[in-house]
Amino acid sequence: MTNETSRRGFLKGAGATVLGTSVLPFLKVLPAAAAGSDVIVAVTGQTINSLDIHRTGTNRPSYQVAVNVYDRLVSFGTKTLEDGSLSYDYSVIEPEVAESWEFTDDGMAIVFKLRPEGKFQDGSPITAQDVKWSFDRAVSVGGFPTVQMKAGSLEKPEQFEAVDDLTFKINLLRKSKLTLPDLAVPVPMIINSKVALEHATEEDPWAMEYLHKTPAGSGAFKVASWKAGEQLVYERNDNWTSGPVPEVKRVILREVPSPATRRALLERGDVNMSFNMPNKDAKELSGTEDITIATTPIENAIYCLCPNLSFEPFKDKRVRQAIAWSVPYEEVFQTAAYGRGAPMWGGPSATPADIAWPQKFPYSTDLDKAKALLEEAGYGEGFEVPLSISLSQTDWMEPAALLIQENLAKIGIKATIEKIPGANWRTASLVEKRLPLHLETFGGWLNYPCYYFFWAYLEGHLFNSSNYRNEEIETLTGETLHMPVDDPDYAPKIKRMIEIAWDEVPRIALWQPALNVGTREIDGYEYWFHRQLDVRGLKKS
Amino acid sequence: MAGRLSTIGTRIAQSIPVILGVVVVSFVLTRALPGDPAVYFAGAAADEASIAEVRTALGLDKPLPEQFLIYARDVATGNLGQSLSTGQPVLEDLANRLPASLELTLTALMLSCAVAIPLGVLAATRPGSAVDHLCRVLVTAGVSLPTFFTGVVLIYIFYYLLGIAPSPLGRLDFIYIEPDRITGFYLIDAALAGDWETWVGALKQLVLPAVTLALFTMAPLARMTRAAMLSALSSDYIRTARAAGLTEDKVLFTYAFRNALLPVITTLGMVFSFTLGANVLVEKVFAWPGIGSYAVEALVVSDYAAVQGFVLAMALLFVALNLVIDLTYTLIDPRIGFETK
Amino acid sequence: MSDTATRAEALKQQDGALAHIAYVLRSNPVTLLAFAMFAVLLLAAVLGPLIAPFDPLQTNASNALQPPSFTHWFGTDNLGRDVFSRVIVATRLDLAISIAAVALSFLVGSVLGSLAGYWGGWLDAVLNRVFDTIMAFPLFVLAMGIVAALGNTVENIVYATAVINIPFYARLVRAEVNIRRDAGFAQAAKLAGNSDVRVLALHIFPNALPPMMVQVSLNLGWAILNAAGLSFIGLGVRPPTAEWGIMVAEGANFIVSGEWWLAIFPGLALMFAVFTFNLLGDGLRDIVDPRQRS
Repeated sequence: MTNETSRRGFLKGAGATVLGTSVLPFLKVLPAAAAGSDVIVAVTGQTINSLDIHRTGTNRPSYQVAVNVYDRLVSFGTKTLEDGSLSYDYSVIEPEVAESWEFTDDGMAIVFKLRPEGKFQDGSPITAQDVKWSFDRAVSVGGFPTVQMKAGSLEKPEQFEAVDDLTFKINLLRKSKLTLPDLAVPVPMIINSKVALEHATEEDPWAMEYLHKTPAGSGAFKVASWKAGEQLVYERNDNWTSGPVPEVKRVILREVPSPATRRALLERGDVNMSFNMPNKDAKELSGTEDITIATTPIENAIYCLCPNLSFEPFKDKRVRQAIAWSVPYEEVFQTAAYGRGAPMWGGPSATPADIAWPQKFPYSTDLDKAKALLEEAGYGEGFEVPLSISLSQTDWMEPAALLIQENLAKIGIKATIEKIPGANWRTASLVEKRLPLHLETFGGWLNYPCYYFFWAYLEGHLFNSSNYRNEEIETLTGETLHMPVDDPDYAPKIKRMIEIAWDEVPRIALWQPALNVGTREIDGYEYWFHRQLDVRGLKKS
Repeated sequence: MAGRLSTIGTRIAQSIPVILGVVVVSFVLTRALPGDPAVYFAGAAADEASIAEVRTALGLDKPLPEQFLIYARDVATGNLGQSLSTGQPVLEDLANRLPASLELTLTALMLSCAVAIPLGVLAATRPGSAVDHLCRVLVTAGVSLPTFFTGVVLIYIFYYLLGIAPSPLGRLDFIYIEPDRITGFYLIDAALAGDWETWVGALKQLVLPAVTLALFTMAPLARMTRAAMLSALSSDYIRTARAAGLTEDKVLFTYAFRNALLPVITTLGMVFSFTLGANVLVEKVFAWPGIGSYAVEALVVSDYAAVQGFVLAMALLFVALNLVIDLTYTLIDPRIGFETK
Repeated sequence: MSDTATRAEALKQQDGALAHIAYVLRSNPVTLLAFAMFAVLLLAAVLGPLIAPFDPLQTNASNALQPPSFTHWFGTDNLGRDVFSRVIVATRLDLAISIAAVALSFLVGSVLGSLAGYWGGWLDAVLNRVFDTIMAFPLFVLAMGIVAALGNTVENIVYATAVINIPFYARLVRAEVNIRRDAGFAQAAKLAGNSDVRVLALHIFPNALPPMMVQVSLNLGWAILNAAGLSFIGLGVRPPTAEWGIMVAEGANFIVSGEWWLAIFPGLALMFAVFTFNLLGDGLRDIVDPRQRS
């Protein structure tokens, strides 16, 4: 009930504005600007289904709540990209709840000093006990949070130690370059353990039910109201202690499933932001007056065509190469991505010059070469294969698949397009890995090539939907995963891995996707690796 | 009177097997859906172990008969489970969303009846005339448009090009205060609260989706009205009534229309069911937070609890509706009996 | 009655029927128009690929999203395919889906409905509960569920559409049969030595035909719209097959960006077809309704 009253109270302010403007008969549609200079209205196509990222079943769009409403020990820096838009900076780790940290002399532990002024949204101090409880929770509840913590070698509660109220220590299982960055991803958020424990029960020791609907964090914004499937309203935390207090007072995030409607709303000026726009709209609206489109290539992500090595023709490397030579890359990129993102084909050499990832694969469209390779492999007559795409990603997968299908037909491979329902897609492609030829979209949060290889090229790993196995890659990935990037052995090993991946092509890179965000009358949008909306830096221009 | 009461009793007893049937069908249908919810909900980077954990948490590792018994027990105690896609208890989700769908559907149906039934009667009184043909062509054109297409076109014209309609953002633009929840119908709640500002706001949001649906539902009503009126008018008792010198109005409304009501009501029931289905698409286009769009989302991700809850809620609604229709039958046409011989 | 006499009688009846059709068509220009439109549809369905100026599947990325022109009457889609050719070729598939689905539900629905209405008893009770159960689902959602569970192929779309329509026919037939099973003409036919099945099939059932025809006409249209709706949420036929519903659904996203031709033309084709079926049904009703003969 208290919740209800406060929400009504807050909306009353907005309502008053309407009463003021609605007496003007000609102002039929209230522009977003009139909603108040410190309110931002954003639209997105996806539903937020929980306010707790640790919960089983919390979907990707909900991660933004962890970003905006909770703080972490550390965060990443910010940099300005070539096109003038903002992006997080993977190379800089900045303090958030922690004010400083250092490794112990043997390098097997990190000691964090918390900000003494740190306060949760309810005014209580942030203590090392809160951090420990939160981390214990993340590694204990299972599912995605536990897996993500594990990627940073954070695996069990015994590793976390509250030395005193303001000193928190992590004992490391191994030296790994992934540990510190993994503390800056959304998962290891710091929860107000006192509040959570009040609502914990015997069956629910981690207060999953309570935190699912009621965040208890220290972040820059509070959740003023949340209606799953409709909207989420953020309200500024005026006493934020982990960074500069945001400029806007409220951010209203509306869920609008139809992309056409979202586009119309932005074009008509009824909203300030459209998050994750389709490529086509981004292309056509860029250059429009008043609308700024930020298109940021998604780091460490590639859209791929994957031949599955469990199926006969694809066991032969030459068949995979033939397919790689047959893809009409430019047309796919223009038609399916409307040229948003970065080309991943036409690389100059079969050996990589540096360890940048992703980088252009040394393939381009050459049907003669493709045919010759097929002949050589004994498949000159061609064969039939289903080409699978996900029903929930048809916007780009369908045009891409149709164009690929057409070129495959030219080298004698008869592909039939099979649409797989979204619920079945992960099971079929990633878990059971039973799709002979399909499209795949993995992107790694931690921006290292070895991290990408770990998930996508090692046998049995989730995103290796091609069932690929190569002894050398298995060894090299294991060696490089925790190795510091400045280790002299790192670059040569990574180059070798890339070279093998190019030659054997279990994953045929199509392009590097981009995240499009359209804004109107606001500044301060920043791209994050987690591809969710960070509202903390937004301001009205 | 006692006979009629027992008739009604029998009819109500007859709906019990339907409800049982629906419980079974909903369970079977959801389990036949492709995909593995455990995988879907374990999240982006889940491994085998975490998928198994989710499966256990969802109770999906148990044998099917056991899952069914658990499900049946929960339903009997009013527990519809928790939706995995919205993260809320299904019962709460449905309670929140049902009024939205009903408000839209009923508004559309009222709009539709208000236009279609007079049109049908008009057409039937002048069969073969230009008016008849025009009615036919108009309502038929309406039903021939896919609702999602009509919706998008209406938004494009009235919102995007002309700027007359409000932004298609669900039931109420965010600038209005949501009325205190009494019935969940915004129009009623706002009126009860005397908040006419909000009432107008809610009505504005309702216009385009309701028109989209009404266009679509006019045809069956108008056609059935016309067809039923025609057969009634060509029947012997009308001839007799006319021969007896009754006024044309009396013949038309007391005798013909009353007799024509039976098929019209049947059709109305069907149309209602059909409209709730068509709602799914309209709700999607207009970002309407109703149960139709809820069910689609749930179906796509194999969210068992939500799909089952939705189906059960619908079933109850329809059993009630059919009951009302059948009981109305007995009032209008006593020839129909329920006591099966 | 002798054999020849019966034949003469039949011939006379046939003549009468033809004359009646001619009469109805003359008196009802809209029905005449509907028949003409139906002929156009049939022609497009039969000749389809022959009259399409381009290969409906041939993509041409450099020629994508072109507005209607002399070469491409209906413009081109996002893959550079000719929309006109796709609209024409899709006719056959769409008609096939709807006709197959409606025929199936008509057949099954009539048989079950007659049985339930004529004999009543436990059969009636059970069938009624089954139909109630089916109808307790919002039909479109049930169709979605069936297609989602069985997989999205053309056959499954047909089955799903048929299943959701069966109760309509069955209930209509049941209601008509129920009212008439004890009517004088039925009793008379029975006393004349006709078997139950014969009375049911030849004397009672034909009375249900006029409302059934209205239902068929509506259903043919609904079946097409149903398939289109399934396509809209992604449960339609497989790409790159041309189908109106998918074309409208995909094209709908392009309307706001100004490429209206992607959705409008297939939408109009869809509307044309549904329109034709609906008008046709009305016309058929006039023809089959014996009371209109005078």
